[in-house]
Amino acid sequence: MPDISFQALMAQLTIGLIGGCFYAMLSMGLAIIFGLLNIINFTHGAQFMMAAFLAWIGLTQIGPWLGYPEFQVNFWAALLIAPVLVALFGMAIERTLLRRLYHLDHLYGLLLTFGVALVMEGGFRYAFGVSGQGYEPPELLQGPVDIGFMLLPKYRLFVVAASLVLCLATWYLFERTKLGAYLRAGTENPRLLQAFGINVPVMITLTYGFGVALAGIAGVLAAPIMQVTPLMGGNLLNIVFAVVVIGGLGSILGSMVTGLALGLIEGLTKVIYPEASTVVVFVIMAGALLLRPAGLFGREV
Amino acid sequence: MRARLIGNALGLALSALAVTAPRAAEVSDGVVKVGILNDLSGIYSDFTGRGSAVAAQIAIDEMGGKVLGSPVELVAADHQNKPDIAANLAREWFDQGRVDMIADFPTSSTALAVMEIAKQKNRVTMLSAGVAMAAINEKCSALNAQWMVNTYALAAGTAKALLKAGKKSWYFVTADYTFGHSLEKDASAVVEAEGGKVLGVSRHPFPGGDFSSFMLKAQASGAQVIALANAGSDTVNAVKQAAEYGIGRSEKQVIAPLLTYITDVKSLGLAKAQDMYLTEAFYWDYDERSRAFAETYFAKMKRMPSASQAAVYSAVLSYLKAIQAAGTDEAGAVMAKLRTMTIDDAVIRNGRLRADGALVHDLLLLQVKKPAESKRDWDFYNVRAVLKGEDVFPKPSDACPLNAKG
Repeated sequence: MPDISFQALMAQLTIGLIGGCFYAMLSMGLAIIFGLLNIINFTHGAQFMMAAFLAWIGLTQIGPWLGYPEFQVNFWAALLIAPVLVALFGMAIERTLLRRLYHLDHLYGLLLTFGVALVMEGGFRYAFGVSGQGYEPPELLQGPVDIGFMLLPKYRLFVVAASLVLCLATWYLFERTKLGAYLRAGTENPRLLQAFGINVPVMITLTYGFGVALAGIAGVLAAPIMQVTPLMGGNLLNIVFAVVVIGGLGSILGSMVTGLALGLIEGLTKVIYPEASTVVVFVIMAGALLLRPAGLFGREV
Repeated sequence: MRARLIGNALGLALSALAVTAPRAAEVSDGVVKVGILNDLSGIYSDFTGRGSAVAAQIAIDEMGGKVLGSPVELVAADHQNKPDIAANLAREWFDQGRVDMIADFPTSSTALAVMEIAKQKNRVTMLSAGVAMAAINEKCSALNAQWMVNTYALAAGTAKALLKAGKKSWYFVTADYTFGHSLEKDASAVVEAEGGKVLGVSRHPFPGGDFSSFMLKAQASGAQVIALANAGSDTVNAVKQAAEYGIGRSEKQVIAPLLTYITDVKSLGLAKAQDMYLTEAFYWDYDERSRAFAETYFAKMKRMPSASQAAVYSAVLSYLKAIQAAGTDEAGAVMAKLRTMTIDDAVIRNGRLRADGALVHDLLLLQVKKPAESKRDWDFYNVRAVLKGEDVFPKPSDACPLNAKG
């Protein structure tokens, strides 16, 4: 290990934690969609990208389009509006396309969502090019804050707080509330649940929408950090899928914990041997699959 | 007697035909066809893409759409940055499409694949976007020209200028694949040769998402220059995230991206990119001639041309002029003619094509303007120096057999 001060190590781990927050948010959405709908949602990255673009369009484009150059949808409004719009878009896809595939093998859902993702990426690429767009963090969160061992941009601190709150709230909703119990019952035995007077198809649509909305929130949060490009989601999705597999497909707690942990491990690898910082995730995935094929938090079937 | 006369006349007419026949065939199959092979949909489509074909058309229009009396045609296709796809397209173009020359190639692996095929089929390649050193070193071809720049020249341009300004200690943030490695190698060689010192290197996976940890390490090294040996969205994200942490914002430490196009600066915005030093082969606002070309281009594309797109214009124009001057479109003769010409147009200045295919010409050392200095969109750079081709392009390498012949 190269000589590195405790301070620098802490700084790198903090940065790893920020990456982990994005992994956690994204993999949670995937886990919910897989756990309750049995769909491997390859559109997730594109939906993440779409929300980031919507935020950017709201901030810089919509005013001129409408003829009021002063008008803009700021970050805070985008944080609410963009995920809702992306979720509605997702639900429309669920209603019109995905629904027809539920009785088929997983593979068909995977192919369909992969295709939809390619179409979305292509559409944004055609409209806005590939170099990407910049998005400034809100004024309130600009500038750094001293957290003892490093100067951390305020915005990044906000991302960590927001995503932890979001993840815990989601976990609570699905695992500890009555609504969550219905949702889980819906996957175990949809017919029985329907017999109790619950509209299962609507519930499934809403669940898909919720999972997509999580990707949407992550997308808006990512806009000020990463360049907003049509490929930003696709690049991230590979790692996020590895996170879901390690955590156990469909396990909400698993994807959250694994996401954060892998972020930290990645951060640590960047200190010790940066070349391996992407590969380490997949090495862990291979190891996890060998030792616990259902994932660290998955239930053995 | 009469019959003999008629016979003679006929013979004369025939021999006249025999003389004119090859004249008509000076342009093989009656048309000069230029192919643009690049990325129309992927990560390199902004600085090449459709704009390259538009630039080629401007050059063809400038020649009146004809050379040696034969029409000039243009075809374009997407090689998707994959060498196998590029090779198949090129083969089809050469065999059935009557294409005489192919230009652009933003991905060097596609360039090297097509160069090989062009050599077999006796056709010309012009790398207006391909920057790999291999194209003029071990893989060099007598029928190829690297028309814009190569990684060594880019690295040397920026490195020499910064070293001269007293910035001696360097840290590299490098994309962990062949391109990044060669950029880093070329730049460190220059740094060490000119009395500078490389303090460290961070190699990041490609494509990288979060660069903050690499940039913080670079900052902690205390180096005066943080050199980015990467490209495209990697460069953009690294600069953007460095700005978040306030890295590279002082005189003590500057960020120098080694391969940057104007499209990257456009997407970063001047607020983030300001003050960075970089080397490009072309800037639209350099002088009257470059502006005139750029405005023609802008009228068609609603964007300013990138250096690659501008280089396509220059490559096609020079190619057609060489055919005109050589009186044939035979690949070897056209290339021989090109090597005798001095290339001087709206884009390339003081250009000389070397035996190994390197076009040695003046490059521009540029510094990104502060937002307040910029008067309009695309008004991005201050030209800090004109770098003489001999000073920044690499010496002919022994690895290229064409150089050995001397």
